[in-house]
Amino acid sequence: MSKGIIGKKLGMTQIFNEKGQIVPVTVVQAGPCVVVQRKTAAKEGYDAVQIGFVDPQGGKRASKPERGHCEKHGVAPVRVLRELRVEASDPLKEGDSVLASQFDEKTKVHVTGISKGKGFAGVMKRHHFKGGRASHGSMFHRAPGSIGGSSYPSRVWPGMRMGGHMGSEQVTVRNLEIAKVDAENNLLLIKGAVPGPKGGYVVIKQEA
Amino acid sequence: MNIIDRLESALIRKDLPKISPGDTVKVHVKVKEGEKERIQIFQGVVISIRGGGLRTSFTVRKISAGVGVERIFPLNSPTIDHLDVMRSGKVRRAKLYFLREKLGKAGRLKERRRVELPNE
Repeated sequence: MSKGIIGKKLGMTQIFNEKGQIVPVTVVQAGPCVVVQRKTAAKEGYDAVQIGFVDPQGGKRASKPERGHCEKHGVAPVRVLRELRVEASDPLKEGDSVLASQFDEKTKVHVTGISKGKGFAGVMKRHHFKGGRASHGSMFHRAPGSIGGSSYPSRVWPGMRMGGHMGSEQVTVRNLEIAKVDAENNLLLIKGAVPGPKGGYVVIKQEA
Repeated sequence: MNIIDRLESALIRKDLPKISPGDTVKVHVKVKEGEKERIQIFQGVVISIRGGGLRTSFTVRKISAGVGVERIFPLNSPTIDHLDVMRSGKVRRAKLYFLREKLGKAGRLKERRRVELPNE
């Protein structure tokens, strides 16, 4: 069975491994989550579980439709909803809790989140162009350079890398190691960085 | 206290003495050799302390067989068994990198710490 949970990124710190080496980790508040809806091939056309991040404020900020949806499935209003595809035989049913303790230390997970927004970014930041020299009379600094020929094609090729909006998009970082599981507080310490700002929500998945 | 501060404070070592630049220290380091674990001592002068909180690290410099050797330790590392402050040098700066250019006596000459204040 594949495992998954919704987490809230709390920030980064470091811990020591058994060799005494420093390991950089991201602290993620992983749940507690609850299964809100079980989707089946018969009804929805595919098998999935919809899980919700249990709201520490008890659903104070939930909208009326969100409240109604949770009520219909017999759970308290949740803060965030995410869907995970599962096998038809998966034993999870509505109302089941999903906890950080299902993960094991030293195993690999994939983490999906919304990256930090960078606004309108130039070509150096967005596409890692080299740019030009800063001084010694150089008049070419961060510009993209030529974007195509004049006589042919006389237009810009589709897909030409240029400046534009960067970040605020879904990013998945694969094969991050779980450095530590704090089952008591539902915390996961994941080695390395995780997409998004502090306070952002991420989905942590582990393939079977 | 937020969760990250709590995680960090659990890892900070409170059993080690306070060190400052110019101190001559004996660092007892746990060394793993295969199955066995033994303690190795690294004695030298603290020439730099950087970072803060859990991330604090310090550099110890010694002259070993005529060659200067510097080793950087994370202060809160579990590999440090314990730490002895042998003597405190009188220094006027936080980073003692100038010691790298001083050879022999010039590098070794450092005065003792001021007398402990009797009152209080």
